Amino acid sequence: MSRFKVAVQVVPRRGLLDPQGKAVADALHTLGFGGVSSVHVGRHLVLDVDASSEADARKLTRQMCERLLANPVTEDFEIATVAPA
Amino acid sequence: MKFGIVTFPGSNGDYDAYRAPIDALAEESVYLWHKDHDLQGADVVILPGGFSYGDYLRPGAIARFSPIMQEVTAHARRGGPVLAICNGFQIACEAGLLPGALQRNASLKFVCAPIALRVENADTIFTSRYDARQLITVPIAHGDGRYSADEETLDRLEGEGQVVFRYAPDRLQAAEAYNPNGSMRDIAGIVSTEGNVLGMMPHPERAVDPVLGSADGLALFESILQRVAA
Repeated sequence: MSRFKVAVQVVPRRGLLDPQGKAVADALHTLGFGGVSSVHVGRHLVLDVDASSEADARKLTRQMCERLLANPVTEDFEIATVAPA
Repeated sequence: MKFGIVTFPGSNGDYDAYRAPIDALAEESVYLWHKDHDLQGADVVILPGGFSYGDYLRPGAIARFSPIMQEVTAHARRGGPVLAICNGFQIACEAGLLPGALQRNASLKFVCAPIALRVENADTIFTSRYDARQLITVPIAHGDGRYSADEETLDRLEGEGQVVFRYAPDRLQAAEAYNPNGSMRDIAGIVSTEGNVLGMMPHPERAVDPVLGSADGLALFESILQRVAA
């Protein structure tokens, strides 16, 4: 068993109404950042995971995302990094 | 008849849900602690409103793994009635007892107000004492009530009569302003395929006496009593 530091990003599914992202985009426009065309606000999770290999850590994290960390109806997830902790 | 009201850490509608069957129906209520594995003989389970687990991660996402949810799910699978109100609706969706999800209100505002609903299906165990198309007023109090599902699921819900309550314009509201949270197809409440699990964002338990501002939720409890006790 080795310990891996895993980073996961969960974001609202593209195409679904994202009022929070829109509110942030509007605020950025108000500040003069007119070049911002869209914002999506999600969650960034950092986990320490004990697993037999990097592939195993990735597989376990995927299961965690499917069962708890992301809502399959409204969100998409991406395992951003898996690195030895 | 006995109503079992689940208290999760962060529930705040459990007392209202506990009182409603006692005060409105003269029936029995019992609190069910989320860590227990015992429905205490409840005929009807109520998942009440509130902020279980502080809405951490997503509303309802963690409460669905509370120990008692195993018994609640088994009760539902046996055809036992489950009334899932507000946070309870969010928990029921997360638990897979109902399809779809409840997302942040489109306005990003927490809305606490009496709201007009139309009874879309008066042929469920929860709504038999209403008239079809009846307009009722029931309070809402939520920040994450925007019902969302894919088009296929929405079409199926509509086709099977599973859309039970819809937000509807009343006399006082402009036609475009009646949907308080941006729910798809104005959906306020749905039942499961078998019809024994009702999820709804509005609070019928807070509308069982005219002194509360509305008694329009009373018929929901009377429907349960009539149909489940029969």
